[in-house]
Amino acid sequence: MATTKTPPKTFAVIGTTPPRVDAGAKVTGAAVYGIDVMLPRMAYGRILRSPHAHARIVRIDTSRAEALPGVVAVATAADLPEAVDRTDRVGEGTVNYRYTRDATFAGDKVLYHGHPICAVAAVTPEAAEDALALIDVEYEPLEPVLDVRGAMEPDAPILHPDLRTRSLAGPGSTPTNVAAHMRFEIGDPDQGMAEADVVVEREFQTATVHQGYMEPHAATAAWSPEGILTIYTTTQGAFDVRTRVHELLHHPLADIRVVPTEVGGAFGGKNTGYTDVAAALLARKAERPVRVVMSREETLMATGPTSGTWMRVTVGARRDGRITAAKAELRYEAGAYPGAPVFSGANCMFASYDIPNGRIDCYDVVVNKPRTGDYRSPGATQSAFAAETVLDEVATCLGMDPIAFRLINCACDGTSRITGGAHEHIGIRQVLEATRDCAHYRAPRPKSDGYLRRGRGVALGFWGNWGARSSVTLSVAEDGTVSLLTGSVDITGTRTSLAMQAAEALGLPLEMLAPAMGDTQTTGHSDSSGGSRTTMATGIAVCRAAEDLLARMEERAAAWWGVDSATVEYARGVFTSSTTGDAMSWAEVAGHQSETGGAIRGHGDVNVRKWGAAYATHIVDVEVDVETGGVRLLRHTVVQDVGRAIHPGQVASQMQGGATQGIGWALYEGYAYDAQGRMLNPNLLDYKMPTYLDVPAIETILVEVPYPGHPYGVRGVGEAPIVAVPAAIAAAIHDAVGVRTTRLPMGATQILQLLGVIDP
Amino acid sequence: MPDRTRVRAIINHEPVDFLCEPRQSLLDCLRDVLGLTGTKCGCNDGNCGACSVLLDGRLVNSCLVLGVEIEGRSVVTVEGLAQWPGARIIQESFVEQDALQCGFCTPGMLIASKALLDRSPRPSEDAIRAWMSGNLCRCTGYERLVRAVQAAADHLATIEGAE
Repeated sequence: MATTKTPPKTFAVIGTTPPRVDAGAKVTGAAVYGIDVMLPRMAYGRILRSPHAHARIVRIDTSRAEALPGVVAVATAADLPEAVDRTDRVGEGTVNYRYTRDATFAGDKVLYHGHPICAVAAVTPEAAEDALALIDVEYEPLEPVLDVRGAMEPDAPILHPDLRTRSLAGPGSTPTNVAAHMRFEIGDPDQGMAEADVVVEREFQTATVHQGYMEPHAATAAWSPEGILTIYTTTQGAFDVRTRVHELLHHPLADIRVVPTEVGGAFGGKNTGYTDVAAALLARKAERPVRVVMSREETLMATGPTSGTWMRVTVGARRDGRITAAKAELRYEAGAYPGAPVFSGANCMFASYDIPNGRIDCYDVVVNKPRTGDYRSPGATQSAFAAETVLDEVATCLGMDPIAFRLINCACDGTSRITGGAHEHIGIRQVLEATRDCAHYRAPRPKSDGYLRRGRGVALGFWGNWGARSSVTLSVAEDGTVSLLTGSVDITGTRTSLAMQAAEALGLPLEMLAPAMGDTQTTGHSDSSGGSRTTMATGIAVCRAAEDLLARMEERAAAWWGVDSATVEYARGVFTSSTTGDAMSWAEVAGHQSETGGAIRGHGDVNVRKWGAAYATHIVDVEVDVETGGVRLLRHTVVQDVGRAIHPGQVASQMQGGATQGIGWALYEGYAYDAQGRMLNPNLLDYKMPTYLDVPAIETILVEVPYPGHPYGVRGVGEAPIVAVPAAIAAAIHDAVGVRTTRLPMGATQILQLLGVIDP
Repeated sequence: MPDRTRVRAIINHEPVDFLCEPRQSLLDCLRDVLGLTGTKCGCNDGNCGACSVLLDGRLVNSCLVLGVEIEGRSVVTVEGLAQWPGARIIQESFVEQDALQCGFCTPGMLIASKALLDRSPRPSEDAIRAWMSGNLCRCTGYERLVRAVQAAADHLATIEGAE
């Protein structure tokens, strides 16, 4: 169902759709994931977790567990050295190591249901499970705070007595749960609002949701007698794991080897880890390898979901459709430690539009829930739900088509943004026009039938993408085949998309490339595979490595012929000497490597500082059952600027997958807590993710506006397609039944309340 | 250490003879006792389907079956699928249709597909979606999976027709 709007291509490999290189291993069960790692003498670790959302730890007694036959180690917070009070980037966000230590094993307080207390390792998983039940912990329960607005009340229970609000005015003076307050402003928002003919203001709430990767977190740690720590783990960033373990264990970086396994889904949630440090401590004490695998219950309760939020958005526009001002207040739950993706939410929410006057207030607020982690466009889906819903209402009030309204206001290159800076090389207009002109948008709206009301909605999402550090080495074997080694973990098919770029750059058939993931010992530093950066930034590293390799190959051909390498030319697998007229194939030059100087390699190490943003629209047809409140998707189309699709099939798959997660966020998913802060639905029955029956065949339209900073024009594609989904579904629900949903998930209760069928 | 029970069964056409604790699930036995890690654990309570296997030809969640229950019975896991030419066609169809990203749900999806096509060689799209709805995929949005099962069914039908 993928159609591509593409300029003519002159590529040999780019734009084709070969099978992904990892597919064979994945259909035979041969692929080794984090949970599959087995080492000789391996013991099994489990983590004891708090049953309370907020409590003081009075006493921990592990003696009965230590005495249980089969138990080989117990690790507690006492085994962790003091952490430095420093904030570092991890994945797409930042974290202070003092908090990371406290999240690894609780200090004097537990801050959420599922907070780790200590860990045990035993010779069987069953013995480890038995040992957990023998650890005695005495708690003094404290009142929890579970809601972002409640946490900001003056008399709210305080999670961290030393926390002060960080803001442009400097740190606050009193204990608080508000870790940060930032304000972004452009123009004169109050004056702009006064100039509007139509002003719409609404308040929104969104539930905490989880990435829902199918493979739980897992790490297997082993120490050599010399003190080399090796960790095999399911992660988006092996080097990020190494840095965090180094900070928490005070162990030299080069003595920590992190080996990334196949990753069973991540979506941002594996930018950080929850098992590696426990596994390392247990393995050191037990003097044998230890594997720690989280259960699904632990994964939902105690990894990093994304923020629950409360938001208020106000937009004013003139009768001609021009937006005069926009204001927003974003309050994001950070969970137990500061670091909600609220600035990212602010950065994305109005980024698609030319708004002359605007103000966004952001609050990063701690509550007694797990510390949030990255989730596909962190922070953007929540704020887009609020902003795009209000914009849809403004368009409705003005009697304008929602795409026409957006085209009037859409940003272009040079447009200043509320959060600072100006746009460069954006393809937003092309995306909006492709949306307006596509078959789905031009098709008649679905007709209602009795109690089944049908409607169509559309919304636009922005994600800024990322660049950062990547390292690639290309090595030529004697038969001419080329291995591609990178520190970038493959979470989305990047071994394939990187090999395709290498084949294109080297003028070789794809079959001659053998891509592989390296580890922290074998490759140069590569940042986490997050922010939709890998095919783009690591792709640039591939192109650099290919240039380097071609130069080395030309030197070797020249050495073989005894000519100046400047006189050697290369095209499509053949080297020629302009002085002698001799020609040699790629494989022949490779075969002579022993005689011409040894191994032939090309390196590409980059820190990419500029990258292209991505835009995606969603067109959604829904059916609302006004008797049950149920919402069903009838048709769904994603239109996205992908820069250049290296592998259009994989790109479309990203768009379908992002849309599907957005559908879950919009309609089904959300954490439920009781009044004491205990999570009520840490399982996949009650935390409902979309199934085969909930998702239509999602259509994709790839718009290619090449990004000039990448040799082939690549933009990140993985995250943008989730952003606007809840807003598009909300718009479609409004079109179907005439009510504005303002809470996620948009479950039957909310719909029936808005329809007046049941009381609020 | 708790007592263990001896279990004899046929797994992927080969006789196996192992010891397990009575509380261990078939999934734990496959993965931790027998080293058959192709079968995945996504939830351990029957809600995701990643641990799907065939037990005497029937589709089951191996996390909901005890290891001791397979005494004298036959189990097929993803590692054994390629022994049937028909199942190999399903595997190839998953590759050709790019019906996977991370691949973690794939073993369960393949087993569920085989179970479906064994009982219903030409299923409709609705039938595929209903039958497979116990298997969660978080990456793909399912459409490619549906197409892969359909393509495998079409391919198998041409082979049947030729025979």
